[in-house]
Amino acid sequence: MFRTDYRLEIKKRDWLLVVRLFGEIDHHSAVYMREELDKLILKERPRRLVLDLSCIEFMDSAGLGLLMGRLRLMHDIGGVMALTRPNERIMKILRLAGMERFMEIDGEGAKGDR
Amino acid sequence: MDMKAEKRFRDEINQMELVLPAISVNEGMARAAVAAFCAQLSPDTTELADIKCAVSEAVTNCIVHAYKHKKGNFYITVSLYSDKTVRIAILDKGCGIPDVRRAREPLFTTDSAGERSGMGFTVMENFMDRLTVTSRAGKGTLVVLTKRLGRLATEE
Ligand SMILES: Nc1ncnc2c1ncn2[C@@H]1O[C@H](COP(=O)(O)OP(=O)(O)O)[C@@H](O)[C@H]1O
Ligand SMILES: [Mg+2]
Repeated sequence: MFRTDYRLEIKKRDWLLVVRLFGEIDHHSAVYMREELDKLILKERPRRLVLDLSCIEFMDSAGLGLLMGRLRLMHDIGGVMALTRPNERIMKILRLAGMERFMEIDGEGAKGDR
Repeated sequence: MDMKAEKRFRDEINQMELVLPAISVNEGMARAAVAAFCAQLSPDTTELADIKCAVSEAVTNCIVHAYKHKKGNFYITVSLYSDKTVRIAILDKGCGIPDVRRAREPLFTTDSAGERSGMGFTVMENFMDRLTVTSRAGKGTLVVLTKRLGRLATEE
């Protein structure tokens, strides 16, 4: 019984990469998502990465680690990262960690990029 | 745990025990099973989501910290009480926590290489009413989460 209930959907436009995440983010799935996202980031080297969280059904603190890690990688390659459309549940945990201080969440850019 | 705290929930109406191997695929399994059992107390969707998240944190800690991805079991006991209180005890027989107070601080983690956020205990504390952590180095850790359901509806 190995869960594979997560999936990425990718949209690319010039320097912009939008990735919609599907499924549940916990420590189990974060390990795989991290690998896939990093491969993608290093291949595309976008200037701006937007993670669309609208289809995430569950996220615990492993998700915070996943998001911070990708933010760090984006900074390393000279880019920026934003989050878009987190639901209320996800916003609750993002706020608890003060994530809005580190990345744009559903800001102007993220909205226009949809 | 102190007797006084235990006495408050006099009538236990149901109990479930789970023993699961400390492998990461069981994180989803454990939180889903606990949520299904708690559904008897008709929690609202926010309460249920809070419980799932807190359980996921405690279980992940057993897997990544207590047993450090080595073999071992974790034990979950869920008790439901007549005043709509849920009590969830998560026990491991892993390495234990040398300084619980420090471990509970936001952002504290002993595993930064593994991209942990150090926010697990903070999530448990914020999403439940009460969190107690009892640990002995080399013996293991007991995490007890309690939440009284339906409070917003009845008290406001
Ligand atoms: N069951 C456990 N057994 C041993 N150590 C633990 C356990 N739970 C938590 N810890 C310790 O407490 C720290 C903080 O835990 P937590 O707040 O969940 O953050 P994180 O899991 O992201 O490190 C962990 O890094 C670990 O050192
Ligand atoms: Mg943790």
